[in-house]
Amino acid sequence: MNLHWPPRRLLLAWVGLLMLLGLTVTLAYQPLGASNNIAALLIATLKAALVAAVFMELSERRALTIAFASAGFFWLAIMLWLVFSDYLTRPNFPPSAPQL
Amino acid sequence: MSDVQPAEQFSDLAQQHDAAELGMWVFLGSEVLLFGALLLGYWVYRFGHPDGFAEAAHHTSIVIGTINTAILLTSSFLVAWAVSLVKANAARSAAMCFWLASACGIAFLVLKGFEYSGEYREHLVPGLNFRFDGPDHDVARLFFSYYFVATGLHGLHIVIGVALLCVMAIRTRSGRYSSAYHAPPMLAGLYWHFVDLIWIFLFALIYLPGRAA
Repeated sequence: MNLHWPPRRLLLAWVGLLMLLGLTVTLAYQPLGASNNIAALLIATLKAALVAAVFMELSERRALTIAFASAGFFWLAIMLWLVFSDYLTRPNFPPSAPQL
Repeated sequence: MSDVQPAEQFSDLAQQHDAAELGMWVFLGSEVLLFGALLLGYWVYRFGHPDGFAEAAHHTSIVIGTINTAILLTSSFLVAWAVSLVKANAARSAAMCFWLASACGIAFLVLKGFEYSGEYREHLVPGLNFRFDGPDHDVARLFFSYYFVATGLHGLHIVIGVALLCVMAIRTRSGRYSSAYHAPPMLAGLYWHFVDLIWIFLFALIYLPGRAA
C-alpha cells in the first residue's frame, strides 16, 4: 500500500462533504417555503454525522466512547426540547384576560 | 517509538490513549453546550421573527461563507489524513498535512476578516455603526449581534486550533509520535473536527436562510 495516498474512506467522506455543501447551497436558492430550513438543517446534520463517523473515527469506536461523544448532544436535545415545548406551543394558548 | 512509557497510573499506552480520548470527548461535550446555548438563543428569536431573520441573513456573504465551509471541510480531511499517516509512521508526510491544514485555518481567518470588513463598510456592525433600512431594523440588529458573537467565538476556536495544528506539525516532524504513541495528534484532530462541525451548523443557520426569496 502506498502510504502517501489518503485512505479511501477519508477521500470518499471529503468528496461527500463537498457534494453535500454544493447541494445545500443549491437547495437554499429554491423556493421551497418552510422546507428550505428543514433541508438546510437535515443536510447540516448529515455532514456533521459524516465528520463524526469518519474523520473523528467514531464508527470504529466502542459503545462507551460513542456514549461520551453523544452526552453533550443528549443534554442539548433536552434543553432544546424543554425550551421549544414552551415557545412552539405559545400560539395555541393565547393570553386571556385575567379572571377577577 | 519503543521508548515511550505509559504514565504511572496506566497499565499500557492503549489504555492511556483510551482515557485521553474519553477526556477529550468530555471537554467537547462542554463545548457542545457552550455553542448549543448560543444556537438556542438564535432559534428562539428566529422563531419569533422569521421574516426579519431571513431578511438580515440575506445580507451575509454567501460566497465567502461557502468557500470558508469548503476550506474547513478540506482542512478536516487533511487532519484526518495526517493522523492516519502518523499511525503509519510516515512522520514527514503527516507533518506536511498538519501544515497544510493549519494553512487552511489561516485562509479561513483571512477570508473571515474580509467578510467582517465588508460588513463594517455596509454598516452592519451592532454597537459600532449599525444601520438597516426597513421595518426589520431591530430584528436585523439582533441577527447581526448573534452573527458576530457566534462567528467570533468560533473564530477564537479556529485561532486555538491553528496553533495546536502548528505544534502538532513541528512535533510530528521531530519524530515524537508514532504508531505506538499518537494520542496528542489524535486529540488535536478531534478538536479541529469539532470546530469544523460547529461551523457546519453556523453556516446552515447564518448564510442559508432567506436566499430563495
